[in-house]
Amino acid sequence: MNTVNITFAGLGGQGVITATDVLARVLFAAGFDVKKSEVHGMSQRGGSVSSEVRFGSRVASPMIPEGESDFLVITDPTQVEVNRSRLKLGGVMILPDDVDATKLANRKSLNIALLGRLSRYLDISESAWDSAIRAELAPKLHEVNIAAFALGRDSR
Amino acid sequence: MEKLFLSGNEAVALAAMDAGLTLGVGYPGTPSSEILDRVAKLGGRAEWAPNEKCALEVAAGVAFAGGNALVTMKHVGLNVAADPLFTLAYITIPGGLVVITADDPGMASSQNEQDNRRYAKAAGVMMLEPADCQQAYDLALKAFELGREHNMIVLLRMTTRVCHSKSVVQRRGEPKPAPATGYTRDPQTRVMIPAFARKAHRRLRAKLHELEQTANSMCEEIGNPEGGFGIIASGVGAMHAVEAAPMAAILQIKMCHPAPIEAMRRFAARFEKCFVVEEGDPVLEEICKAAGIKVVQRPEIYRFGELNVSRVRRMLAGDTTPEPAPVPGKPPELCPGCPHRKSFEALRDLGCIVSGDIGCYTLGVLPPFSAIDSCVCMGASVTVALGLRHALPEPEARKVVSVIGDSTFWHTGINGVVEMVYNRPKTGHVLLILDNSITAMTGMQEHPGTGRRLDHTPAAGTLSLEAVLRGMGLDNVDVIDSTAQYEEYKALVAKRLASDDLSAIIVRRPCIIGMVKTKAYEPIHEEEHK
Repeated sequence: MNTVNITFAGLGGQGVITATDVLARVLFAAGFDVKKSEVHGMSQRGGSVSSEVRFGSRVASPMIPEGESDFLVITDPTQVEVNRSRLKLGGVMILPDDVDATKLANRKSLNIALLGRLSRYLDISESAWDSAIRAELAPKLHEVNIAAFALGRDSR
Repeated sequence: MEKLFLSGNEAVALAAMDAGLTLGVGYPGTPSSEILDRVAKLGGRAEWAPNEKCALEVAAGVAFAGGNALVTMKHVGLNVAADPLFTLAYITIPGGLVVITADDPGMASSQNEQDNRRYAKAAGVMMLEPADCQQAYDLALKAFELGREHNMIVLLRMTTRVCHSKSVVQRRGEPKPAPATGYTRDPQTRVMIPAFARKAHRRLRAKLHELEQTANSMCEEIGNPEGGFGIIASGVGAMHAVEAAPMAAILQIKMCHPAPIEAMRRFAARFEKCFVVEEGDPVLEEICKAAGIKVVQRPEIYRFGELNVSRVRRMLAGDTTPEPAPVPGKPPELCPGCPHRKSFEALRDLGCIVSGDIGCYTLGVLPPFSAIDSCVCMGASVTVALGLRHALPEPEARKVVSVIGDSTFWHTGINGVVEMVYNRPKTGHVLLILDNSITAMTGMQEHPGTGRRLDHTPAAGTLSLEAVLRGMGLDNVDVIDSTAQYEEYKALVAKRLASDDLSAIIVRRPCIIGMVKTKAYEPIHEEEHK
């Protein structure tokens, strides 16, 4: 199969890297070759952050070539223009407004809600997502994030 | 064996454990910082040293005893550890001594983009270079094996993308117990007086010559064997090349020093055109040219920054037109509520000439503070300021302050205080230690002043900034909180600047992010604060 490219982008502290940790885990568990890449360090001081996940039968480079993201998930509206050129023609952009944030028990789980929205495009079972969320996050965050994921997955 | 999904850093930690690790030691630095945390989580013994030189020397002792030591640092850390590195290259080492140098092409979080493959050549040290997390695991294991076999120190060059990308890793075996240790006296090969070192240098060059065969045999063809042109590639560049040029034959170099000259020669001879894809300096390209191997000269623009698939495509097409500038994102800034904010506000308003240092607080250079005037390397805030004080006319000299963080102070700032007391400027000096009680920039690591070991358990000993500074003979040592006592803090800085005293002001308030973590480590102290 061809490599599928997914980019998450937002600001430091919004859980961009946590969201792609869950995503990569679920894809790895499903048996794909997966590569994930991001830059740490300075970025955690509130600056722009992005993280890339690629999966398929065999993935070489850990970085998505410019303009070849099949999916671009944005966690902060200010980061749309900065990242727009990463999306390929006909690619899917998922924006913070795509989920009703007022329904989130904790605003901080927007990252996982948007992951839920993305999950509608991927052929992965709900139970696999559930276990990936539980494996990546601290136990006290499980329920709120599983609810956030469901909100994104079921949003219209 | 199980397959795992790991970062390059996690893969190195796992390999060190699987090789049988006696001790992991290093100093935090992006992108290397997570390796030792992982070693500790895997049940290994890991420590933060005050700086990279100390780390490498402690590790050398472990290896002299026959143990296996893993040393971790970022690329500029190797500058600090360069002194022991160059002589350890001569020494016959009975144990395993593997040094991770995590280079940062593109400077995601660094002050320069030096290519540490130059160190391998300069010091005469074997260097391996992985292209992804599987290879990070395999080559870290191989580094221990080769090091013990040849009794040599080994460098493993990681880069930002190899450290911080994650991919599938096939584990090769169960963790081995650390090797048995014991001391065998061998001063001829371990005491580097000139008479012994002359022989040792010749031994080193002979070993490196012998290792060229190993370098040749470690090369791997990973591209299209029927390809119409050739690419010699190293590091993550090899992975980009596979994707950028599916019609090329690719020779991946896994040992870059000593370089696999014969393997590269045989490979390049098969093609009309052979490119070199490497991140950073044109190291392999220069080696090829010196050996008379015909390779295409890389345009200078590709020396700068990280490579990626798009850039490799452009490079192979000989494209030297200016590259599209990335759309600027939001730059990092001091966190809301960060204790450094008030510290810099006062320095800005007092019109100080600020000699800065390496840490979160370097962000004080940006608006709205614009309150740092120079920043060179770890510890330089103290000593650069002393030079300014010596050279500037008195009215300007009196405005000079040094600003350094707590972890950076223990790293190499402390040496500057020795210089300050010994060669005291006529106008005295003012040293601000912004003590947020953690190594914040690199991800909240412990240091000699926090009272906790790497794994956050209580440390055997804790160093007190004020006790050390008083003991070193400064005229004034004050402790103040620039957020809670802002006016007093500002007045104190002004007062100390006006005098000819040697003064240290410890500005103490915990990192607002770090506090959440450290509270969890110290349930007893939490009670006290209630």
